[in-house]
Amino acid sequence: MSLKQLTIFVENKKGALVEITETLANNNVNIRALSIAESEEFGILRLIVNDNDTAINTLKDNFLIKTTEVVGVKIGDAPGKLSTALKVLDGAGINIEYLYAFMTRTEKHAYVVLRVADNKAAETVLENAGFHLITDKDIDKL
Amino acid sequence: MVEKRYYQKEIETMPVEDIKKLQSEKLVKQVKHVYENVPYYRDLMDKKGVSPDDIKGIEDLHKLPFLTKADLREAYPYGLLAKPLEECVRIQSTSGTTGKRVVAFYTQKDVDLWEDCCARAIVAAGGTKEDVCQVAYGYGLFTGGSGLHGGSHKVGCLTLPMSSGFTERQIQFMQDLGSTILCCTPSYAAYIGETLKEMGVSPDELSLKAGIFGAEPWTEEMRREIEKSLGIKAYDIYGLTETSGPGVSFECEEQSGMHINEDHFLAEIIDPETGEVLPEGSKGELVFTALDKEAFPLLRYRTRDICVLSRKPCSCGRTHIKMSKPMGRSDDMLIIRGVNVFPSQIESVLISEGYQPNYQIVVDRANNVDIFEVNVEMNADQFTDIVSEITSMEKTLAEAMKKVLGINPKVNLVAPKSIVRSEGKAVRVIDKRKLHD
Repeated sequence: MSLKQLTIFVENKKGALVEITETLANNNVNIRALSIAESEEFGILRLIVNDNDTAINTLKDNFLIKTTEVVGVKIGDAPGKLSTALKVLDGAGINIEYLYAFMTRTEKHAYVVLRVADNKAAETVLENAGFHLITDKDIDKL
Repeated sequence: MVEKRYYQKEIETMPVEDIKKLQSEKLVKQVKHVYENVPYYRDLMDKKGVSPDDIKGIEDLHKLPFLTKADLREAYPYGLLAKPLEECVRIQSTSGTTGKRVVAFYTQKDVDLWEDCCARAIVAAGGTKEDVCQVAYGYGLFTGGSGLHGGSHKVGCLTLPMSSGFTERQIQFMQDLGSTILCCTPSYAAYIGETLKEMGVSPDELSLKAGIFGAEPWTEEMRREIEKSLGIKAYDIYGLTETSGPGVSFECEEQSGMHINEDHFLAEIIDPETGEVLPEGSKGELVFTALDKEAFPLLRYRTRDICVLSRKPCSCGRTHIKMSKPMGRSDDMLIIRGVNVFPSQIESVLISEGYQPNYQIVVDRANNVDIFEVNVEMNADQFTDIVSEITSMEKTLAEAMKKVLGINPKVNLVAPKSIVRSEGKAVRVIDKRKLHD
């Protein structure tokens, strides 16, 4: 059910992001969403792309890269919608490690990517609360 | 109880007082031999105001000048030769990785004594004439191959002069000919272990029982891994071309330090900074004086290896003093915030914490305080998408290092294979402090 995110280790040195994005562009991989978390010495780049296999194959020789299962959820594009979803998780005692969101051109929805300890539990409570989950197939259609 | 076996029992179990007496007699003669035949060393003695008559026993050893690698380079090739070339039968040489190579000369007697030392090591590892001894050290100028080869002959083992490399063939011979003892570098032993696994050969299918590994630094953790992967007991052996080759010291079944063949080699521990002789049990630079060598008899040769000597009685019955595994090289030693740090200590922490020993130490100085960072390549399976998990791995590793080193490094985890390797060898230390300018 869940969504696959690419996670890439990026040392804080000049040109690393350029190299990654350029490699993806040259191989016709489209980035749908991204977020970066950083410490003093390194960053972790998280990507949702349209073609995971190509992205991994073209980056794995030069970068530490892995896939991470995350939860994707569709949220109405209106004030308070994200908060409602987060309340559902909070009510079920599910902690969020990180999240990021992106808009799409085709739908009047925001897509939210959530990283939690237990994907299944999060998916169940969100679905029970009436939220629509997104999968890799939804990303392909974008 | 298993009967204790020795290659030269009388010498190997001689009472300590007798060993010291023997060393004193040999030293007096050796100093005369060197003074008379080696002008290079005679000059050093004259400059220090020491004459052979001043050396009446091992208590006078400290009066003699040191020899260093720099002397060997300067005297290259014949400057330290103490016998006419026509009496020499062999040359061996170092790899020359740190500059000009060192060549060492041997008379037939020198070769015999060297091979005896290696034979003692093989017997200490359980070797008998029933054994099949596979010598996978490199043959040639390198002393590893010929030393253990000669020792194996003396013990009467069936000797397989394999040299190193062609790993699948090594394994084939182990399977077909039932090799029981493997002699090679520890890194090659580990590689053979990995290859066995890849080939799907269980160590139970082999007859190997012991390994004699040396010529490069290795850790206790590496020993356990090799013992497991090859199904053997692994013994350390130590030596250097300058003093003959492997067999200067070797481990017995206790695996707690290497007995120095004291009838041939007189060992001291000195402070690498001041040259002062340190009492037994102190950590310092190992210095050897060759007592019996004829052609290339180095007196007070500074090995640059840092270790500790111990005269604690050994359950194996051997009375010869034991040296610890070298903890580093005096020229590798870093002094950070006043504390001695050896790259080998970092390496051993990494292995025990489940990392590969791929690291780089970076030392810098800001506002008169040393900055000490260690970059460590993480394994791909340790990588996670959560920053705090990686920083907490860094903290755990830094704490483990602090326990061993006494000072706290900043640990940075980096991507696999990201530490620059030149000619396959990683640069272990970058010291940006310009302390000597």
